[in-house]
Amino acid sequence: MRYNERELLSLARQPAEKAAEIRMSVPKKGSVLKKRLVKLVVNFLFYFRTDEAEPIGALLLEHCRITKEEENVFSISFIEEPERKYCFECASEQQCQEWVEALKRASYEFLRRSLIFYRNEIQKMTGKDPLEQYGISEETRFQLGTHQQ
Amino acid sequence: MKLNERSVAHYATCDSPADHTGFLRKRVERHHHHAHHYGTSYQRRWFVLKGNLLFYFEERESREPVGLVVLEGCTVELCEAAEEFAFAIRFDDAGARAYVLVADGQATMEAWVKALSRASFDYMRLVVKELEKQLEEACKSLAACRKSPRRSSSSGRKRHLSNPALLPLQEKPAILENGYSTWGIGGSVPGGDHDGGQAKPPPLPPRRRSATGSATGSSAPGLSPAMLQSPVSPDTVCFSKLHDWYGQEIVALRREWQERQKRG
Repeated sequence: MRYNERELLSLARQPAEKAAEIRMSVPKKGSVLKKRLVKLVVNFLFYFRTDEAEPIGALLLEHCRITKEEENVFSISFIEEPERKYCFECASEQQCQEWVEALKRASYEFLRRSLIFYRNEIQKMTGKDPLEQYGISEETRFQLGTHQQ
Repeated sequence: MKLNERSVAHYATCDSPADHTGFLRKRVERHHHHAHHYGTSYQRRWFVLKGNLLFYFEERESREPVGLVVLEGCTVELCEAAEEFAFAIRFDDAGARAYVLVADGQATMEAWVKALSRASFDYMRLVVKELEKQLEEACKSLAACRKSPRRSSSSGRKRHLSNPALLPLQEKPAILENGYSTWGIGGSVPGGDHDGGQAKPPPLPPRRRSATGSATGSSAPGLSPAMLQSPVSPDTVCFSKLHDWYGQEIVALRREWQERQKRG
């Protein structure tokens, strides 16, 4: 599958929502934890060797599961391959919890559900559709009932 | 740079609804090193927009995308191509190529340009933040209204109230008595009379008492009065916290269910 790597690399250089040096392993046989610079930008998680400017890799964070594992550790896996886990060992339990929180909210799908939720609540409270002002109230993606997960 | 391509391709083709789809003709870019000119052939592709990702397939029925355009940071503009109904996706990066796409008519072109312009994660995040703020304000003014004599506040006002946890902490006593969650579509709340702020929470409506529930999708999980003490910060109306809070309920239910399964 082709993709615009150049733009993805550019995205990796943008200010991150969250960035830290975390030990990480990939779901490959014999893979060990290695210190990486891990950077969250929109719905992508980039990981770099700590002294390099270009990321080794990127993970799209849609349809993924963020799981708190043992102490200081969380993992990311994808719904179609739940056993293949990217593991992250944080410096502290607090850092671990913060990352789990942030990553759970880092998908476009999550934002979409939030938007539908708020829209519905506001509509019930005020009788007005808050999306009208943005001119996006008719778009299918924001309708209640089209995104039952 | 590696990308979790298998998962990305799966996301492209799975059931989750797309934001926009359709056939477009995509200009094939051919670069000649000695001259800055492009080939002018086009390929018809099936395009699927999901969030900030634009996938394209050889055919509508293809099981895997041929390609992906990550749209974050792009601009979308009409373009002066030889073709009618052409538009381009461009990026800030000076050397970056543009994606020139051709629709089959004015309406489809406009629909695509509109959808793509609003496809970024940043844009969604902005809208959500704005709505979050609006909901907070609506809650505050609702709470303020409730303080005033019943006559003026209840006439004609819908009795659909948001979860009390969303409302500012200082209003809590007045809210708890009407504290029903309206999670889920059409979650209506029985009105019920309330007498001032000192009454304890009235019993929950029957359908929410069942813990074996239909806790799927967006239906309301069972709530006990104890759970009305939500961990949500009184100052923020926060979907994600509410989401997590309900999540705890689901986790507990799931654990219960699994234990029941073990016992056979």
